[in-house]
Amino acid sequence: MEYQAVIGLEVHVQLKTRSKMFCGCTTEFGAPPNTQVCPVCLGYPGVLPVMNEDAVRKTILTGLMISSEISRFSKWDRKNYFYPDMPKNYQISQYDLPLCKGGTVEIKLEGGGTKKIGVTRAHLEEDVAKNSHFETSSGVDFNRAGVPLMEVVSEPDMNSPEEAFAYLTALKEILISGGVSDCDMEKGQLRCDSNVSVRPVGQKEFGEKVEIKNMNTISGVRRALAYEIERQIAALTRGEKIQQETRRWDDGAGKTFVMRTKEYAHDYRYFPEPDLMPVVVSDAMVDEIRKLLPELPEDKRQRIMKQYGLTEYDAGVLVGLAYIAVFYEKAAAQSKNPKAIANWIITELLGKLAETKQTLAECRIAPAQLAELVSLVDGGQISGKMAKDVFAEMFATGKGAAAIVKEKGLAQVSDAGAVEAFVDQAIAANPKSVADYRAGNVAAINFLKGQVMKLSKGKANPQLAGEILARRLQNP
Amino acid sequence: MSLHALTIHELRDKLRRGDVSAREATQAVLDRIAAVDDKLKAYLWLNPDDALAQAEAVDRAGIAKNGKLLGGIPVAIKDVINVDGQPCTCASKILKGYISVYDAFVIKRLREAGAVLLGRTNMDEFAMGSSTENSSWGVTRNPWDFDRIPGGSSGGSAAAVASDEAIAALGSDTGGSIRQPAAVCGCVGLKPTYGRVSRYGLVAFASSLDQIGPLTKTAADSALMLGVLAGHDASDSTSVPQPVPDYTAALGQGIKGLRVGLPKEYFIEGMDREIDAAVRAAVKKLAELGAEVVEISLPHTQYAVAVYYLIATAEASANLARFDGVRYGLRIPGKDPIEMYGKTRGAGFGPEVKRRIILGTYALSAGYYDAYYLRAQKVRTLIRRDFEQAFTKCDAIVTPTSPTAAFKVGEKTDDPLQMYLSDIFTISVNLAGNCGVSVPCGFTTKPKLPIGLQILGKAFGEETILRVAHAYEQATGWHKDKPNL
Repeated sequence: MEYQAVIGLEVHVQLKTRSKMFCGCTTEFGAPPNTQVCPVCLGYPGVLPVMNEDAVRKTILTGLMISSEISRFSKWDRKNYFYPDMPKNYQISQYDLPLCKGGTVEIKLEGGGTKKIGVTRAHLEEDVAKNSHFETSSGVDFNRAGVPLMEVVSEPDMNSPEEAFAYLTALKEILISGGVSDCDMEKGQLRCDSNVSVRPVGQKEFGEKVEIKNMNTISGVRRALAYEIERQIAALTRGEKIQQETRRWDDGAGKTFVMRTKEYAHDYRYFPEPDLMPVVVSDAMVDEIRKLLPELPEDKRQRIMKQYGLTEYDAGVLVGLAYIAVFYEKAAAQSKNPKAIANWIITELLGKLAETKQTLAECRIAPAQLAELVSLVDGGQISGKMAKDVFAEMFATGKGAAAIVKEKGLAQVSDAGAVEAFVDQAIAANPKSVADYRAGNVAAINFLKGQVMKLSKGKANPQLAGEILARRLQNP
Repeated sequence: MSLHALTIHELRDKLRRGDVSAREATQAVLDRIAAVDDKLKAYLWLNPDDALAQAEAVDRAGIAKNGKLLGGIPVAIKDVINVDGQPCTCASKILKGYISVYDAFVIKRLREAGAVLLGRTNMDEFAMGSSTENSSWGVTRNPWDFDRIPGGSSGGSAAAVASDEAIAALGSDTGGSIRQPAAVCGCVGLKPTYGRVSRYGLVAFASSLDQIGPLTKTAADSALMLGVLAGHDASDSTSVPQPVPDYTAALGQGIKGLRVGLPKEYFIEGMDREIDAAVRAAVKKLAELGAEVVEISLPHTQYAVAVYYLIATAEASANLARFDGVRYGLRIPGKDPIEMYGKTRGAGFGPEVKRRIILGTYALSAGYYDAYYLRAQKVRTLIRRDFEQAFTKCDAIVTPTSPTAAFKVGEKTDDPLQMYLSDIFTISVNLAGNCGVSVPCGFTTKPKLPIGLQILGKAFGEETILRVAHAYEQATGWHKDKPNL
């Protein structure tokens, strides 16, 4: 029997706000444990929450970007369950009146074409702390507790791991372009749970759904779903029934494992949070936020292709990473060769960043400096090969391209007289190669060109050296 | 008169004139505590050195003389309000040894006004109770009869003020926890309108009902204290940015022409005869003072206790979830977190607190929410509308504060429902959110025990009810009668 998978995703996104959801503590990542905490986010006796308005605005902005209906009246609820990472043992969340209702995210299908994935809702809540387990004890780091967390719940509109992957990629692009979140999965800024079921092709009713947790990367989501769909189909084929349960993805093992079955599902006992007033959103506020709407990724891709003469692939890579696009446009604006700028970013800069595990924010090369490097190559002052060394130096030190060229005496020798002297030396020292060339072995010129470069310590303009060499060999 | 027996106003006059220093006043109150608290057990914690140091700082700065509202006035704090560096146990074993890490908003206000913070007063555990018998640290006694309860949950604060162990005190009122102990101990207890006083730093019992308020010896002192405590606080989202009137200035206006409503549902069959008589006499007195007495109706009164015990317990079940042994307070280790929670909470909470957590958890559970919590919220709206309707016909409502005078220690501990009915007259106001004050209006005869008159006002109508309380007090003088300790 042929089966179809049905997938829905719940995405948790840490919002890029300066302070936490209900207190003034900073949201900065990576500080020593329990240094960004206060009585409020630690759930001390007697404290009260105060809503972070910026987080509400960013959630509304997200809603506008995915065409949600923005609730004019929304409220907070307490979600009750006990866990050591929960300071109050209830989480302030939104139950029946989320800030954003409905919406769509458009994804690109592998075989071409697009598909609209429905969004059920987007609501705001507070993140929990982080548990660590040691040999004989456990620790809780509350730095993360209370960071604004937006939950975007999709409709069960995806039918393959690839579609889920495309949805997450598209959502991530949207969130980054709106400045809503940096979506760095390594820092836990974007986390995803999935509901997946399978049903015989043609059947209307959904199969029994399984929730998968602990998928830490977007490709991990793809792998986990591929495994789980296969597992469910295999079970059904064997005549077994799928149990409604929560499973945990183990990326190392490449398998999902049962976490808890339906009988142990939580009763969260939601009720309205009495410590906070309902959120009333005025038309004026929505209009104000609408002004912050960024260019949508697809629009931006089209514009960049046209404006800078890039291929669809290049434009796609640049737009896929919002900060890269900003960096690119700054550099391109200062260069006569925007295509070369794109190449440098895509092949060299992104490679170096990945190699050194840095983000663009930490990168020491400024957009103007990259434009300068490109103009040195285009002007013939340095060769493409030298430029790569200069780039590496720029990346390591943050110095300008021209300064490095000057400092290291790298400037290319394009003076015809000087190059001619190197050519004469090469011809004089290698009579056999000269004879071979003249006997019809055209490839021998490459050896001689190499000798010219060697004699000039790599500084001779290779194009000029080739021209002079050819002329002298043909007309001795 | 001895310094400890003075009201805020009387002591303030002496301090301002330079007749006494803040240190002397504080020492006098500390001496009084040393003399009588063995019998009363109003205080859970005292730090005389710290109190005297605060008083000396007041004397050095001269703030007793420079017009600060409470400069040098010794005040007691209910053990549910955070004072930086002092214990805050909420009379619960689960918070044994816990030291507050910050000042509540009202404590900041008291400090700014120059008050001397004496120590922590006893209460029912987590403010759950009407007799202070639910304290984990022992029973506080009624100053008028040591065999009897001081009311609750702010029983320690009420007993301290009534016995001159403090010039004034702070309490908290979720269903009558300031007014009922004030009534049975014979002092003045005010529950402000919900949102009038910041709850920041008050350990929450039922967040939508809790309010901090003063316990004082007179209505004028209550007005003075409220002036210090009231006002908007950005760290409490339910605090209302409403201007704070001059409550003291309003007192002198008298009550001529004021319409006083008597809710027929509050004068019921079976009410204690002496209490009924005392309240009716008080109403007569108000009429003599120029008030117009009108009968009103609060038709949903009979549902108030049921609604209260659903909403308050539901909120409490979440509010008390944070006491889990993970970050502070009692921890009894277990093989996993669930076992640790069970052991810690099992040992840390007393029976009444457990009863209410279980009740509230049940009311919020899947399948029961609509029938209990949601229904209760709807009836709460009806109760609020009752008051809105009533206040179109009158400016203040007068009722008994408590259906009985102080009962005997142990008398109702085996019957929680009987205990819950102690709050039958005070609960509705918390549900509706408006304000109320209890003032002494006489005594029972055998034994001699105080009776309280409750005056209820509109939302933010504290000026009016304090005016009525003050006029009544001036005309009767019940508040001058003191227990013989």
